[in-house]
Amino acid sequence: MNPAVALQVHQITKGFGKGTARTLALKGADLTGQLGELQLIVGPSGCGKTTLLSIIAGTLVPDSGSVTVLGHDLTQMRQGRITDFRRRHIGFIFQQFNLIPTLNLIENASVPLLLNGLSRAKAERAAQAMLDIVGLAQRGKSYPRELSGGQQQRVAIARAMVHNPSLIICDEPTSALDRDTGHQVMELLQAVARKPDRAVVVVTHDPRVYAFADRIAEMEDGRVLSNQPAVPGQLNLVNG
Amino acid sequence: MFHLALKMLVGDRAKFTMLLGGLFFAALLMTQQCAIFIGLLSWTTSHLSNIRAKVWVVEAKVEQVNELKPLRDTDVSRVRSIPGVAWAVPLYVGILQARLNDGNFKPILCVGLDSASLVGRPATILSGRLEDIRLPNSVIIDDLALQRLKIPGTPPLKVGDTFEINDREARIVAICKSDRAFYGYPYVFTTYDQALQFAPLQRKMLSAVLVEPSQGHTPQETADLINASLTGLHAWPEDKFLWDTIFWYFKNTGIPISFGTTILLGLIVGVAISGQTFYSFVLENLRNLGALKAMGASDLKLASMLLCQVMTVGFLGYGLGMGAAAAFGAVAAQRGNPPFLLPWQLVVGVLALILLICLASATLAIIKVRRIEPAIVFRG
Repeated sequence: MNPAVALQVHQITKGFGKGTARTLALKGADLTGQLGELQLIVGPSGCGKTTLLSIIAGTLVPDSGSVTVLGHDLTQMRQGRITDFRRRHIGFIFQQFNLIPTLNLIENASVPLLLNGLSRAKAERAAQAMLDIVGLAQRGKSYPRELSGGQQQRVAIARAMVHNPSLIICDEPTSALDRDTGHQVMELLQAVARKPDRAVVVVTHDPRVYAFADRIAEMEDGRVLSNQPAVPGQLNLVNG
Repeated sequence: MFHLALKMLVGDRAKFTMLLGGLFFAALLMTQQCAIFIGLLSWTTSHLSNIRAKVWVVEAKVEQVNELKPLRDTDVSRVRSIPGVAWAVPLYVGILQARLNDGNFKPILCVGLDSASLVGRPATILSGRLEDIRLPNSVIIDDLALQRLKIPGTPPLKVGDTFEINDREARIVAICKSDRAFYGYPYVFTTYDQALQFAPLQRKMLSAVLVEPSQGHTPQETADLINASLTGLHAWPEDKFLWDTIFWYFKNTGIPISFGTTILLGLIVGVAISGQTFYSFVLENLRNLGALKAMGASDLKLASMLLCQVMTVGFLGYGLGMGAAAAFGAVAAQRGNPPFLLPWQLVVGVLALILLICLASATLAIIKVRRIEPAIVFRG
């Protein structure tokens, strides 16, 4: 495998339900992604974007096919090892931020480090430093409810990056944000993806963020139709 | 992660208060009701704890210590003749009427002790002299009698005061401390001979024979020797008499069912409120727990966080409940009513039950958390 390749998905299928109620969300999807890139997965609702993202993140097991992330074949790993892998190598940014409301920002941002066994003091120092980077230096002791949506998403980005993961998974990171805030968040993600040992994969159907992509994979009906480098100023989608 | 788990728990003030309240009430109800129950049972065996003899010989059909049937005075000699008996002394126990100086009558528990040995004498004399009990018409009253035999509007009873029992003067020569009797009557100690004069005359007046086993014999062996040799009598080692008395009350009164129901209610309240509240706390945090799971928290880590939360609130609820029960007990002890006994076994038992409630609540929550798919956080 090429050392620059962050992920390689081959002929993945995934269905939900049983018997006649069973529906196939992925019907043989293929995808590759490179380190140092911000890759978008786009497509209409119900096309299988989130299912594909969940499989890449190791939170969902495919019915068939293979998934190699950062050189690890997830389909050959047991669930416990996949959990360890996620903890060490993947950062998550969710659509609804998923910050824990009863924890302050430092505590929220320190969670991945604590899960990785770092002491509380070290984890909170690193979390504070990461909050500085995302522009929330003075808000460490605040609680999520005291922040705007954009600020909460910045905390989520700090949390996703605090343990220096190689892959950052983002699920609709701008859909709950207004245009300007979404723009700022995408700039931040773009900066994160600029590191040569890191990849950012973003699922979105927000066309405003296409301009930030290094690569765009377009999905429809459970398959990846195209997966091409983005051309600045031009949306080169198959269905575009 | 445990400090975060605790912050997540305490941060949800409403649920935390509800959880704490449920466990507090469960601990309080169970402790308080059990302590009153045990206290009540201890009252049923107060003759044994106040008189203290290793072997009691009573009428053969007696089932428990509060229903002593009269024996012949010659039975004392019969008992003394048995090998294994070091000594045996007569005992009188009966409910008599005390007539106060204002003409009012009050029931008392009169205990007549062997005047030579004073076996069965009160363990603690608060004022006066024990030996003065041998003087004519002398009695020792317990601290309860100070309240019960007091004439309203007069100073408390003291050594030297008098009242009447069955038209005979009874002079108080000492005041003692004793365990309360089940009937709620005060103990009045006197000599056996004096007690026979206070009590209405009957054909048989002896209530029991108190026995000391001779050297080399256990109480049980001595009791067995007496039971094998004498007809019409039954010898009980003190321990067996105590437990058989307690079991008699279990079998023949509604007390255990009544208290058992309340104790069970406490347990159900604890399980229902705490289990349900903790489960709904977990349900409301399902997305957060899913996010933690997605970020790499193992099931074991999440289970230990949930256990940490539920055990913390369990210990807090237990501590508050036990504290409140102990405060209730302190007030009860001061007033002398209701009966309240808090043995260490109850303290440990209630803790075990509260932790069991917590474990049950945590188990439900852990099963739920185990089933969360981390992918849940990617669904809108």
